[in-house]
Amino acid sequence: MTSLDRSTDPRRFPHWEGHMEADYIYTTGIAGERFFATLRDEGRLLAVRCGACKLTYLPPRLFCERCFARLEDWTEAPPAGRVAAVTVAHLDRRGTPLPEPEVWAFVAFPGIHGGLVHRLLVPPAAARAGVRVRPRLRPKAQRTGAITDLEGFEPLPG
Amino acid sequence: MRKVAVIGAGMTLFRRRLQETPKELCYEAARMALDSAGLDLNDVDAVVSGSAPDAFDGVHMKGEYFLDGCGGVRKPYMRVFTGGGTGVFSTIAGWWHVASGLADVALVVNEEKMSSCQPHPQSVFAHIWDPILDRPLQPNLIWIFAMEMNRYMTVHKIKKEDIARVAVKNKRNAVAHPCAQLADPDITIEDVLRSEVMAWPVQRLDISPPSDGAAAVVLASEDVVRKRRIKDRAWISGVGWCIDSTMWTDRDLVFPEYVARAAKMAYKMAKIDRPRKQIDFAEPYDPFDYKELHHLEGLLLADKGQAPRLTREGVTARDGDLPVCPSGGLMGVGNPIAATLGIKVGELYWQLTGQAGKRQIPHEVRTGVTQAWGDLMQYGCVVVMRA
Amino acid sequence: MTARRTSWPGTELRADDLVLGRVTSTKFRPDARYAWSAGEAMSRFLEELQRGRLIARTCKGCDRILFPPRMFCELCFRPTDAWTYVLDTGTIETYSISYLDTNAKRISVPILVGVVSLDGASPTMGLMHYFGEMTPEDLRIGMRVKAVWRPPEERRGSVLDLAYFRPLREGEA
Repeated sequence: MTSLDRSTDPRRFPHWEGHMEADYIYTTGIAGERFFATLRDEGRLLAVRCGACKLTYLPPRLFCERCFARLEDWTEAPPAGRVAAVTVAHLDRRGTPLPEPEVWAFVAFPGIHGGLVHRLLVPPAAARAGVRVRPRLRPKAQRTGAITDLEGFEPLPG
Repeated sequence: MRKVAVIGAGMTLFRRRLQETPKELCYEAARMALDSAGLDLNDVDAVVSGSAPDAFDGVHMKGEYFLDGCGGVRKPYMRVFTGGGTGVFSTIAGWWHVASGLADVALVVNEEKMSSCQPHPQSVFAHIWDPILDRPLQPNLIWIFAMEMNRYMTVHKIKKEDIARVAVKNKRNAVAHPCAQLADPDITIEDVLRSEVMAWPVQRLDISPPSDGAAAVVLASEDVVRKRRIKDRAWISGVGWCIDSTMWTDRDLVFPEYVARAAKMAYKMAKIDRPRKQIDFAEPYDPFDYKELHHLEGLLLADKGQAPRLTREGVTARDGDLPVCPSGGLMGVGNPIAATLGIKVGELYWQLTGQAGKRQIPHEVRTGVTQAWGDLMQYGCVVVMRA
Repeated sequence: MTARRTSWPGTELRADDLVLGRVTSTKFRPDARYAWSAGEAMSRFLEELQRGRLIARTCKGCDRILFPPRMFCELCFRPTDAWTYVLDTGTIETYSISYLDTNAKRISVPILVGVVSLDGASPTMGLMHYFGEMTPEDLRIGMRVKAVWRPPEERRGSVLDLAYFRPLREGEA
């Protein structure tokens, strides 16, 4: 078959199948190590401030992307944030239908440049932006130093 | 075209695995380069980064991922990739920005984090092979270097001792490099010849291993150099680049024609017509020891088949008449693919400005050439720099 | 500057730092599967392999016989002109004796591999393949070789329809 033939299935043309296999381990880095170790061991979320630009970064990072200063002024992230954007997912990352829909949110925090993407722990019908939320941590024994040490964000009581 | 100078450089340690993320690696090199040039991020008009396959770091579009560490946020930015050629090619792309007048200052940042790839970056290298012609044979990438090395050795009747001598020279040179991963003051030719055979004629100590690292250089126009009275600067006199077909089985691998073409392009711009006489030192790409020889010939610094004689006679030693890889090269310092910028263009800069410390060539050098090589035995790029 | 600096950035890790979790990290395995189209030239190439034949394309612009075949000449930058067969005998242009398999694992019986330029194609037009019925000591650049084909019922339209190249024997074409 040539470019004059049409099909949506590449396997109809003479072809060779294969895959690209590799496994990856990603270090969290210098700033990330401090953030995730603190999350795992103390259950706290840290941020870092750039005094020159008056920006506080969450997740924290080694350097300011604006002025390129090395950042050393670590601080604690605010205890609560607000859902800035939300979506309900029905397919997993391979496109297979999920057994239950999942609610995902981007959570912004007062005074923070950035925010966190995570599960919003509400039923899909209750998924909306603007809700005030706080992080829900997994029990310490289950925390490994990863973003999944958070179970997600839950609405503030009341 | 405007005159362009390298006015600063920086690099990280080269190691088998570093904890820093790709962004952090870029930042360390970029920050050091800017500091050494006495500049800050708001002095930079454009950023160019170079990095080899996304599949090493394991982040798709990694140039866009680590750009904040390159100082690229909200600036004109591009990432270039020419396989192993990236270590020198990104400087050429940075040169375009300044020579054209579009930028007065360009920051060039190269990064590689090969350690993310498990169990070994080899698994990713395998995908460079043609899926229909080559992959069914389950090749190991070392085969292709072995075949090129074998052809070079057979046609010119070169003995393994002469090739091993390059590994010894470079690994010993690297003792003087603060970032070196593989320096060895005591290594001998016998050590290399006794090392395990990977794919004959390639043995373990003929090869540079994978590394993590980053490097950066700052490029500036003549105006900037003059206005800021920058003393530590080295001019880019010539650039050249060339690529051959990926059908490497069509070619006689004995001579890298594409390197010669890139060299001629750069030499023409630099008004060099007798390279062996007019060039004082060289940093060719040496991911394998035989490649230094192969590339010296491609750079027209030695006649075909004659590069081994230069090594044997001490001409290419750091205190020789034509020092080659005074940095220690990839063989001695390490091979974080694109980040080799630091030991190629970076080394030329540090040598030409007298800042190479214990590696400084003991006699005056005014003109250097560096070259990188990449893809499937097909790409060459060359930069000539002058004091 | 490099003379004055005393410390250089970079935090070295050992292999077991990652494996034993001494530093935080995440793992991922991409799941990328491919069906690579053979294209026009290679489709015919693979069909002919299944029939036990090696096919090439001619370019009138540069008078070359291109093997493996391609639909355009990369030198003349024009479409190639016609199909033509080449012989399954040739010359070893280069080779390697590999003690590593594709996963970089050591193997005790080496793989003999190299490039064979096929008779009937333009000079140095080569194909990478295995060598067999010879020892590592026999291998040399310039050796004349002949293809050994798999039995017809085992051929699938792949370069592996050739099992390997063996030394050309006296009296063979």
